[in-house]
This record gives sequence, C-alpha cells and structure tokens, in this order.
Amino acid sequence: MTKSNFTRRGVLKAGAAAGAALATPTIFTGAVWAGAHTGFTNAPQGDTVTLGFNVPQSGPYADEGADQLRAYQLAVEHLNGEGDGGMINTFTSKTLDGTGIMGKKVQFVTGDTQTKSDAARASARSMIEKDGAIMITGGSSSGVAVAVQALCQEAGVIFMAGLTHSNDTTGKDRKANGFRHFFNSYMSGAALAPVLAKAYGTDRKAYHLTADYNWGYTTEQAVRESTEAMGWETVNSVLTPLTQTDFSSYIAPVLNSGADVLVLNHYGGNMVNSLTNAVQFGLRAAEANGKNFEIVVPLYSELMARGAGANIKGILGSQNWDWKLENQAGAKYYGTNAFVQSFGTKFGFPPSQAAHTVYVQTLLYADAVNRAGSFNPCAVAEALAGFEFDGMGNGPTLYRADDHQCFKDVVVVRGKENPENEFDLVEIVEVTPVEQVTYAPDHPQMGGAEASLGACNPGA
Amino acid sequence: MTEQATNTPIAKPKAPPSIVASTGFLGLNRKDATLLALVVVLTMLAPFILNPFPEGSGMAQFNAGYPDLMQRFVIFGIFAIGFNILFGLTGYLSFGHAAFLGVGSYAAIWMMKLVTLNIIPAIILSIIFAGLFALLVGFICLRRSGIYFSILTLAFAQMSYALAYSVLTPITGGETGLQIKATDRPILSGLEPGEIGRANFFGIDMRTSYELSLGDWLFTFNAGYYIAAVVMLLSFYLSIRIFRSPFGMMLRAVKSNQQRMSYTGLNSKPYTLAAFVISGMYAGLAGGLMVAMDTQVGPERMFWTASGEVVLMAILGGVGTLIGPVLGAGMIKYMENIISKINETILHQWFAFLPDGLEDFVVSMIYPFIGKGWHLTLGIVFMLVVIFLPGGLVEGGQKIAGLFRRKAKTDDTPSKTPAE
Amino acid sequence: MEAIILQILNGLDKGSAYALIALGLTLIFGTLGVVNFAHGALFMIGAFCAVTLQRLLGLSHQIVDETRKDFLGNPLKIDVPYMHEWFGPEIGQSIIEWSVPLAILFSIPIMAFIGIAMERGLVKHFYKRPHADQILVTFGLAIVLQEIIKYFYGANPIPTPAPPAFTGSFDFGALVGFDANTIIYPYWRLIYFSFSMIVIAGVFAFLQFTTFGMVVRAGMADRETVGLLGINIDKRFTIMFAIAACVAGLAGVMYAPINSPNYHMGMDFLVLSFVVVVVGGMGSLPGAVLAGFLLGIVESFASMTQILDIFPGINQIIIYLIAIIILLTRPRGLMGRKGVMEE
Repeated sequence: MTKSNFTRRGVLKAGAAAGAALATPTIFTGAVWAGAHTGFTNAPQGDTVTLGFNVPQSGPYADEGADQLRAYQLAVEHLNGEGDGGMINTFTSKTLDGTGIMGKKVQFVTGDTQTKSDAARASARSMIEKDGAIMITGGSSSGVAVAVQALCQEAGVIFMAGLTHSNDTTGKDRKANGFRHFFNSYMSGAALAPVLAKAYGTDRKAYHLTADYNWGYTTEQAVRESTEAMGWETVNSVLTPLTQTDFSSYIAPVLNSGADVLVLNHYGGNMVNSLTNAVQFGLRAAEANGKNFEIVVPLYSELMARGAGANIKGILGSQNWDWKLENQAGAKYYGTNAFVQSFGTKFGFPPSQAAHTVYVQTLLYADAVNRAGSFNPCAVAEALAGFEFDGMGNGPTLYRADDHQCFKDVVVVRGKENPENEFDLVEIVEVTPVEQVTYAPDHPQMGGAEASLGACNPGA
Repeated sequence: MTEQATNTPIAKPKAPPSIVASTGFLGLNRKDATLLALVVVLTMLAPFILNPFPEGSGMAQFNAGYPDLMQRFVIFGIFAIGFNILFGLTGYLSFGHAAFLGVGSYAAIWMMKLVTLNIIPAIILSIIFAGLFALLVGFICLRRSGIYFSILTLAFAQMSYALAYSVLTPITGGETGLQIKATDRPILSGLEPGEIGRANFFGIDMRTSYELSLGDWLFTFNAGYYIAAVVMLLSFYLSIRIFRSPFGMMLRAVKSNQQRMSYTGLNSKPYTLAAFVISGMYAGLAGGLMVAMDTQVGPERMFWTASGEVVLMAILGGVGTLIGPVLGAGMIKYMENIISKINETILHQWFAFLPDGLEDFVVSMIYPFIGKGWHLTLGIVFMLVVIFLPGGLVEGGQKIAGLFRRKAKTDDTPSKTPAE
Repeated sequence: MEAIILQILNGLDKGSAYALIALGLTLIFGTLGVVNFAHGALFMIGAFCAVTLQRLLGLSHQIVDETRKDFLGNPLKIDVPYMHEWFGPEIGQSIIEWSVPLAILFSIPIMAFIGIAMERGLVKHFYKRPHADQILVTFGLAIVLQEIIKYFYGANPIPTPAPPAFTGSFDFGALVGFDANTIIYPYWRLIYFSFSMIVIAGVFAFLQFTTFGMVVRAGMADRETVGLLGINIDKRFTIMFAIAACVAGLAGVMYAPINSPNYHMGMDFLVLSFVVVVVGGMGSLPGAVLAGFLLGIVESFASMTQILDIFPGINQIIIYLIAIIILLTRPRGLMGRKGVMEE
C-alpha cells in the first residue's frame, strides 16, 4: 500500500488531474466479467494475480475452513518463493519456481461460504466482480461445491473444488470449468468393500443410516452396491434429517433388526452425534448373528474423529489422504512428508486432509497456468484435463479429462485404539490402489450417459 | 411503534388519507413524495454512492458497489418492505416468511428451465406461486394471533425447508439446489446446442455492465441491478400507497386494537389475510428476482434463520417505518458480505505504518470482530441499535437530522415524526 | 412391543431436554414477560461449563521425552496433568473422568451469575419495550455469546464423556420382565431422564411450597397488584431469572455426554424449544413440561421404520405438523392462559 492513500486529499488531487483524461467508459455486452481486450474474465493486470479462497468460516464446518485457509496461506507463500517450498519440491511438474504464477505475484482474497449455497455464491461473486479473482477454490460441502462450480462456469473462471465428496460434483453436475482433487462416494464404497470383506467376512447384514440429502444418497448407494457385490445383505436403510442432533430413536432399533453391521452415511456434526449415540447404545460391545457387531463410517475426517473422541476407536472408514501416509504406506506417497513438515513447522500441528486437498489444488492450478502459458480458463482447463502427476502425497494421479475428477489411491483407515495425541486419531489399514476405484465416466452413479462437462467458458 | 403509528400524518384527523392520497405527485403527499424522490436518487446513483473509495486503496475493501451486492441490497429491500407491510401495519409477526421467498425462487427457476429465459414471466410466476402459498398458509395461521401465529408460520416454513432438502429432491434438487444446465432447453429460448441459458430481459443479459473509470475510481452500472432497482422502487411506491390507503388504516386498526374493531362489527380477518398475501407476494417477487440475478436456488433460503433475518432487518431499520426495513436489509447484507471478507492479511496491510509490536497488538484487537468473526460484530450491532435507538436506524437518522436542524437554527420541527 | 417401549424411552429422554429448556423459557416469560432468544445460548453455556471443567481438571504441564520423537522429528513433549501428579495417575485420572458430574456443582454459581448479570445488565431495561425489541436484543446477545464460545473453543464438537461407570448400556428390558437383550438402554440417558425429573420436581416444589414461590406465582398472575402490596417483586424476578438460567445450564451440563457440545447447539435447540413452549401454552409451566415430553415421544415414534415406510419423510416434519394440529385445535396450546402474548 502506498502512503498517498492515507491522505484523502492527495488522492483527490491525483484523481482530479487524471480524471477527465482517464474517463474511459467501456461497455461489455453479454458478460460483465469478461475482460475487454483479453478474451476472458478477470485477466490479471499488472504484476499480480488474485485467487479467491472461499471457505466456511462460520457455522459447523468453520474449523475445517480454518484449516483450509492455513493451507492456502502456505500454498501462496510457496508459490511466491517464501518458506521451504513444501510440495513444490516433490511435484513432478517443475514449472513452479517461486516466482508466483507466470511471473506474477500471487495475492488472495478470502470469503465465508457459511456452508450455504446462497452465501457461498454471493461470496464467490464478490471475489469475481469486486476483487477480480481469476480462480475460485475451497468449500466444505457438496451443496456449496455444486453451486459455486455452476457459478464459475457461468462467470468464466476456474473452480478448484475443496472438500466435496458427493458423486454429483464430478458426476451429474460436472462442469467444464470445475475440477475436483478430492475423492468421492463411489471411490469410498469401492475402496472400503474389499477391506470390509477381509475384516468382517462376506456374510454380513448391513443396516444403513443415511443423511437425508444428495451426498447421503450417493454415499449409501455407493457403499451398498459395492458391499452387496461382495455378498453382504442390506437389511434396512433409514433416512435421517440433516437437522437431527439426537439419533437415539434411529439407533435404538438397530440391535433388534437382525443386522450385524451399522453403516453411518453421515458427515460432520451428524456423524459425530450418530456415532456417539451408537456407541452409547452398546453397539460396539454387542454381538449379533454370532458375530461382533461392527460400525462403518464411509467418509472420515480428522476433525470429526476429534469430535467423536474415544467413540471412533476401531471404526473403519476412508480418507483422501492422511499425514502419516508416506511413513506408514511407503515412499510411493512422497510429497506427504514435505507438506507435513512445512505445515507443521508453521502451525504446530499436522494438516488435515481438507488442508492437503486445497493445497494441492492451488499448486495444480498454478502449474497448469504455467504450462498453458495463459490465465485463460479454457487454456488452463486444457492443461489440467488428462494431466498425470506425482509427488503430491497421493502417489501417481490422473486428472481425468472426461469428468475432471482426480484418480488416485484411496486410504482406508481405522480409529486408533491408543492415540498418542489429539492429532493421531486414525491408523492406516490399507491403501486401495487406484485401479479398484476407477469407474467409467458414464457410470450410472455418476449421472450416466447424460452427464457432460459442456463447453469451457472463458467468460467472453 | 404504536406511538409512531399514531404520530403519522394520516392518523391525524385533519389530514384524512383519502384526501392526501388524491393530491400531490403520483398521489403522494409532499413528505412521501420527497422520500420517494430521495430513494429514487439513492438507488439510481448507488454505483457511485457505494463505491466512495478509489480502487487499490486500503479502504476499497469497504466498497459495496459491485453488481452482486447492489442486487442483494435491493432484493432484500423488497423482501423487507413486504414483510413490513404485514408486521409494521398489522403487528402480526411472521416467523416463516422465507418460505415464500423460497417458493418464489423455485417457481422462477423452473419457468426458466422449462419455458423461457426471459425474467419477466419467471418473476410473474414466482409472485403467483408465492401468493397462492401465502393464501393457504395465511388462511390457516391467521386463525391464531400473537405468538401462536408466529409459531404456526414458523412451522410451515420449517416443513417447507425440511421437505425441500430431502423428500422433494426431484423437484427442488435437494442439497445441491437447482441451476440452469447445458441440458436445459427452455421451449421459447432458441439456444444453440450445448449453450447454457442465461437469464435476460428481452435480450438484455442480467450480467451486462457498463464500467466507468474516473481516475482511480471504477464504477459499475449493471443491467441486472437497474432492473431490480426499478422493481424495488415500484414496490416501495406501492408500499407507500398501501400505508396511506384506507386499507392501510384498517390494518393499523387491527394492530392497535383488534377487539375494539370487532366490536364495531368489522371482520378484520379479510384485511389481515390480504396483508399477509401481499406480503407473501413481495417475498415471492424477491425470490424471483434473486433467481433472475443469479440463476440458482438452494433450500437454505427457507431455513428459519432466513426468516429470522428479515425480522431482524425490519426491527433493525425501524418497524412500521417506510424506509427502515430497506436500511436494515442493507445494513445486514453489508456486514455479511463486506466484514466477512476482511482477513488478517488485510488488517496487517492497513496497520503496516505502525511499529511492529503495536501493529500486531492492534491487529489482534480487531481480528476477532472481522472475517470469521463477522457474526460477533453483527450481534453487537443488534444490541447497540436496540439499546440506544429503540426506533431502529430510522430513529438514528432522525436524531442526526435533528442535530443538524438545531445547528442551522431553522424553524422548530413539530413533533418527532418518523421518516415514513 | 419392545420397539415401542424403546421409542418411549427415547422420547422421554429427548423430551427431558426439551422440557428443561422450555421450563426455563416459560419461567422467564411468565415472570418477567420477556421473550428470551438467548435461552438456547444459556443451555449451550451449561454444556461448555462441563467442557471447561474437563479442561481445567486436565490442565497439564509438558515434559520433554528425548527418547521419542513427534511428527516433525523434534523431541516429543508429553502432557502430564497436574491431577496425576497431585493424586497419583489413577485417582487423578478418575477425577478427570468424573468432570461432568462435578460440573453440576461447578455450573450452578456460574449460571446463576450469568443469569443475574443478564437480567440486571440488559433484560431489566426491556421489560416495558415491545416484544420485537426483546427479540432483537436477546438474539443479538445469543449471537455474541456463541461467538465468544467459538472464539475460545472452536467450531468443532468437543467430546465430553460421562464417567466410565456410566458410559455403557444395560439390559433395561430384563429388569422389567421382557426377554433378555431386547431393550438395551444407555445408563447415561436414564440418568439424564431421572435428573431432569428431579430438577423439574424441584422447580415446581419451590414455586408451590415456599413463600418466595408463592409471591412469584402471584407476580406472574398480576404483577401490579403484588407491587402495590409493597413486595419487592423486582428482586424476586431477578432470582427467578437466575434460576431459569441454572435450569438451562444444568440441562446443558448433563447433555454434554449425550452429544458432544459445539458452539451452535443452543441455536439448534432454540427454535424447537419455542415450539415446545407455545404448544404447551404460553405462561404455563406444566404445559411446557408436558409439551416437551409429548413432542419428544412423537418425534421418536416418527423415526420408526414401520412409520417411515408408510409416510416417507414424516420424521422431517413431524414436530411442526403436531404443533400445527395442536394449535389449530387448542387455540392457546395445551394449557395456555388467556391473553398471554396474543396481542
């Protein structure tokens, strides 16, 4: 910031001098967001480029949003050549050299999605219209991701999704301008099923409690189809309201239903409460059909595990990434330690998977711009589509061109029996290889043949 | 509020509303005409007024003159004006008004997905649907009064929200809501294959903007905003006419003493029901406009917090005053969109001129109130306003105006009249 | 049959929370005539009293263990709670584990203080103001309170387990003569129910059998006359506010092990508790309790698979549907008094 801005008069003087001469009206027809001469929205002017970090800062996912913001801050530092460089050093593409993106210094604006699609779009629009953001990223729920992705498609900027697990984001609601690094419901189901079969046998009767909204539906469907394919039987499936806080009336009948596995297709506060209630009702200690009763939580997160406390012990679930991955599952997942090292040094605790995915997304975007040699969203999208990379902590990864979904190994984890500290809550059980979780782009769970990316929109 | 109502010119016997209404500009008395003119000027010049700080300066963070927020100001203004017709005049506190906004939004987006991308039919449909839904809800809820009425409306809104989020997913899109997709082919649109439809007003895209840069300043004149602003001015004008009409008078009578009214043999229910439906149609109009400006609907729009928000807008601005709810709406939306975007980095930029230790101290003192702490600031503002300005922001405006008048030593203004 | 009994138990349990919050709301409303939107926040603060005590008891200092490494490769720092040092690891640990029951004692002075401060500092000035103003100011206060909690404790739920002796569940069915293993119920939920019955009974007994309660009841019925008799009703009303805050706080403390507390749990309960109060009838304490249990039980039944198969999604709306039906058939709720908040 320059000094002159502090004295209002100075600015006024400057304005008056330049005023008449610089009055350059420009008329945009079609789309306001289109830059006049560049052919795409918000083409960076000068020597900086602005990214928009749109994460939940209020509401139940505020802590997850805070962790994402930390990772973004770190990514921006690394892109601008500050800090130790983190995963830039391990990333297989070598275009990032600490000079920003295409030589322009990276700046960022932040906003609050409130985990509401209206608020998230308002925040994203203000970033695009007011702050001139060239890319929007972040978020902690699929409703928000789909809404903001649609907005970015209309506005002609790139959307790099944050934590969104519903199939729809890259399934029936996929968009040419939108990209997702995080895994999805289908992959959770496909990754969990073989591990479940190994751990609990193929002769099991499952009872599903499912959050009554899109993400719940796709997760239940994914887990159901892949476990039934292995011989499990689904005894019952009950939808629970999103606003439910006490799940006792849904948990109580489970034990007498003939089921011996309870699958909780819940996320966030719902999951913390339903799992806590299930353990209260003695399901972990119970026996059914002559076997130990088991509970499965398809989508895990570190924050949820922390919220559930001791109740998480021994419960199987899946994750996109875990900070212990490289140490425990091998050097294939290199990059992990580099990221954990720089995040841990800066903030004093290990990063969550939400932080990891947004950090990777930011680097991937920056690299794609460099490789494309342009900020034009269509050029960037082309550079990202079909891009194969490694060294970002997940092993070899493909950004598939058909649906803009990343394909990589999925981590299956279990709540740790004796955690050493509050960040060491899960242990890695197995890493399911990418081949097992890959599906056809027109898979019925992904919107079938009708789903299409549409055309890329540069905004002009 | 009751005092204010009795203080207004129409309540004075010497100026019966029918006479006032028939004189003056557009059927308004001089004071109302002045107020309307003021609002017209403010809304038309909003791109200038809301962007007082030059681009690139530290204060530019506080600029609100970008299309999205300007659109939200006027749309929520309409919502609050409509709410005020019910609450300000009749005293019936609806805690479920967001349901009508939501119903209007869903109606509008389906019109755009299926029939035409022109916003006018979509908005008309949203008003009709919201009106019908309000008729149904109002007919049932108005059998009770006071808090029982409030809870009944709340119950309907919460049921609408819960169903839209879950069971009605095929119609509402559930959690992910509805957007216009590449596969949507409205029958009257003539889109090319693969083209994603955009809301327009007889061919004018809502996002069309004209940008004027004067020196360091950049002003954006957005088509969508001006369309919404004109609609808001019409709604505002209509609400003045309703306030000043015999019908409005009847509604005030309902508020001040319903019992006495029924003793005189008048059945108040048709009047309150009419007010409820009109107010619901305003909400539907706001919902339709929201879709027109940003083609997307999500069920959170109907959650009780959204209903509560419009109540707060009305009270914050000044219940029963004409302009108050609009001010309240502007205030809440401004804080939601501007304060929430200030982050620690920006604070450090602002105070970079201070010595390091002092800078960190100042930043750490302000930090809890901005960015993710914007709710805290909002809560404090609510409390301060209601403690020190019982009549809402309008009263604050009057106090300031009063100070100026005293300074200028002009004629003593008569009694404390609200700026209706 | 077993399934129905299970759901009745669940309903009573949920109803306990509703009833306790609604009871406090009605006390404040009935005595002071104030619509308190911050009441949910008081419930939340109660739960965070338990969290705070758990943290206080768990306060520890760090010792560095050179033989082990943390995730960054630095020497591991181990937290040693003072309780372990003072009382030995075993007794110290069990003191920490008993933090929730201990928090009952811990929370009463805190909640009473918050209640008095709220009444004297803020609510007092709003007795004569319109209900709309009361709503705005208490809602603003609720936001401020929950943001303060969020600032210190974060947005994530914080696990606050019950003492190990009460964490499990037991065969309730076998106790009352059903087949073994048909009705398994958690200890803590039965404790919660019993506890709330004691609190409710205590409040009623207090109002019914003490002079203080008699005056307050008289004040509820006709404040002016009581004032004219030369009784300082204001002071008593302050105490009633403190009692209501304590009831909400205790409900929160005991609720902490059932669901991990988070900063917005008060808002989650706020709307529901207003529905309960109104369905019970404004100004009626027995009505509030009755409606609390009624809605709890109805909600539990609506979540049964057999019912959901017939009416899909009924669990989403049942509370509101019942509220509408009751308010349409009984104009003032179950036991409401005439003329209260009907203007």
